[in-house]
Amino acid sequence: MASYFDHAATTPMSLPAIEAFTEQIQQLGNPSSLHTQGRSVRKRVEEAREAIAQAAGASPSEVIFTGSGTESNNLAIKGFYWKRLGEDKNRNVIVISAFEHHAILDPVEWLEAHEGAHVIQVPVTGDGVVDLEALKDIVEKNRERIAVIAVMHSNNEVGTIQPITEVVAIAGDIPVHTDAVQSFGKVAFDFAELGVISATISGHKVGGPLGVAALLLRRGIDVTPILHGGGQERDIRSGTLNAPAIVSFAAAATDAQIHREERYIYLRELRQYLIDSLTAVVPDIVVNGDVEPALPGIANLTFPGTESDGLLLLLDAEGIASSTGSACSAGVPRPSHVLLAMGLSERDARSSLRFSLGISNTRAEIDQLSSVIASVVERARAALARQ
Amino acid sequence: MKIIAAMSGGVDSAVAAARAVEAGHEVIGVHLALSSNPQKYRSGARGCCTIEDSHDARRAADVIGIPFYIWDMAEEFHEGVVENFLEEYAAGRTPNPCLRCNEKIKFAAVLDRARALGFDAVATGHYAQMRQTPLGRTMHRAEDPLKDQSYVLAVLNKEQLDGAIFPLGDTHKEEVRREAKRRGLYVANKPDSHDICFVPSGNNAGWLHDRLGTETGSIVDEAGTKLGEHQGAYTYTVGQRRGLNLTVPAAGGVPRYVLKIEPLTNTVVVGLKEALAVSEIEGEKAIWCGPVPQAGQQHRGFAQIRAHGEALACTYSTDGGQIRVLLDQPLLGLATGQGLVIYDEDRVVGSATVSATK
Repeated sequence: MASYFDHAATTPMSLPAIEAFTEQIQQLGNPSSLHTQGRSVRKRVEEAREAIAQAAGASPSEVIFTGSGTESNNLAIKGFYWKRLGEDKNRNVIVISAFEHHAILDPVEWLEAHEGAHVIQVPVTGDGVVDLEALKDIVEKNRERIAVIAVMHSNNEVGTIQPITEVVAIAGDIPVHTDAVQSFGKVAFDFAELGVISATISGHKVGGPLGVAALLLRRGIDVTPILHGGGQERDIRSGTLNAPAIVSFAAAATDAQIHREERYIYLRELRQYLIDSLTAVVPDIVVNGDVEPALPGIANLTFPGTESDGLLLLLDAEGIASSTGSACSAGVPRPSHVLLAMGLSERDARSSLRFSLGISNTRAEIDQLSSVIASVVERARAALARQ
Repeated sequence: MKIIAAMSGGVDSAVAAARAVEAGHEVIGVHLALSSNPQKYRSGARGCCTIEDSHDARRAADVIGIPFYIWDMAEEFHEGVVENFLEEYAAGRTPNPCLRCNEKIKFAAVLDRARALGFDAVATGHYAQMRQTPLGRTMHRAEDPLKDQSYVLAVLNKEQLDGAIFPLGDTHKEEVRREAKRRGLYVANKPDSHDICFVPSGNNAGWLHDRLGTETGSIVDEAGTKLGEHQGAYTYTVGQRRGLNLTVPAAGGVPRYVLKIEPLTNTVVVGLKEALAVSEIEGEKAIWCGPVPQAGQQHRGFAQIRAHGEALACTYSTDGGQIRVLLDQPLLGLATGQGLVIYDEDRVVGSATVSATK
């Protein structure tokens, strides 16, 4: 039996999404074309935009389709940085939480290295929540100089949901961007209510296809584009619209929205079952970021005395998929910057695995995991001890 | 058996992994990341250390149909191989980092980890043969004399060799390339790696200069007369003739060679070719690849002091920790720090680090 516990990386496409995709991919037409075929595809794209807007609490014109969550985050960060710096040359400060995804961290680092940005990271607590007092302090001291603030809606490695409404209140008129790829479709998410200026959502995290995402960007707000060309998507993101993926994304988002609450309860219980089952066999497991509110299906566990890539290899050999967090471009496992930001030692960060559950997971799969975990941990401990 | 196949991204280790699978073993491919910043030692298609190589290794594992992971050995590699390499040069010796890498990384750190995780052995694309003989499981030269790598594996002790598998030892390199092609491995035509993997563009002297600094010193003859200057004694190797830039010509214009490097005084001693002759070698830190030769006895065998050097007929003796070699014919130019490997015909007896010569 193969057990897939890496749904935060990507999750199977939902049935409505597969049907929408396979139907749309057979339709001829570039949505930007003026003739009948073009209009027909454009109609489907606009219906999809409306469905996604509805599921995200945004208005349709606020949905800008992109090719990936990474692209949406780059567009928001670089777009706001260049736009706001262009308006006032002293606004070169970017404020982000210390445990953002690399799709935020890396563009920010790039702006620092190449475009004169000054980056301030807001610390996070040991529980995995952004430190609002520290943020308040940073904003007070730098208010006139801040181009943009980015705090993720929920953390992809530990699952904790961030107090975005409070962040927006502290920010005042400074634009706040939130990376919501893990939250959208899994927990309550309402773009208008949050008050952020922009948010990233992604298709394949909610049961849609790979290669499509959106930047929700408040009405009337423009950012400096990264891609220039045909002027699609309010002139902010040029490029032929990926109609089959967009239509399929909408079907997945609607499906996720309809079933969100029942799935939340199922996944939250399953996560607790996983933690209880594993702790019964390996009592010294530590659960990282174990607070509410949180994404329902993420369990980030430290197995003291192990090297997580050893755990992953042995579990993989048993047909069990888990995740060690990020790797560098050559694939070398790195201690998670998320766990380090939460105050874990490098040793403990290197001993941690993320299990992220999806609706296809069952208790039987978790039973399989708990039946092998003791011997896996034992061997991984021996491997670390030999170093 | 359960086997870890160390995959560099080159053709040899890819075919070795494929053969291990075909032999019925349960194989997992592992690429060793030897630098925490893969760009740091970046050097093009040289067989290790680049992002492209890790991709090549991953792709080969896909084609073979085995799981694949990257193991971070950057710290171990830096401490055990790179730093050792610098220390040895700074001390006036000429180290061979491939020996250290096999000894400390591939068949120590990796094998230890593999065994702890429940694997039985590590397979690599080295050209050497393990055979069952009346002496036990012993290591022998490869079938392909041009590719034979038994010299760089002679630093492995019996226990390490018991966990080592070399599937290519009985095959010629050209056949390995053909086999790679047959198996659909696109690394089939990838160039062989040469030089030292962590020294970009093979510029050893420049790399050492950057790390050990530049310090002007004297080049002298055996009587101590100054003949020229250099920018760092460590960039010279015993036996070297070119690039000495001597300002005082030799009587009769005969060529002069580096005889000795004195790190404490940063002095390079040069002299005539005859003065390079070595007929006695002493080696320390002996490692035995099979049974330990009886102490206090004279044994006949062959000594080799370079990776692709000649096998020199000799008589040797040992007390277990040191090896003393008497060459039948003197050789010219041998630096301390080089690896001394003893063979009994094609069987590798053991190795030591050259500590003194006469």
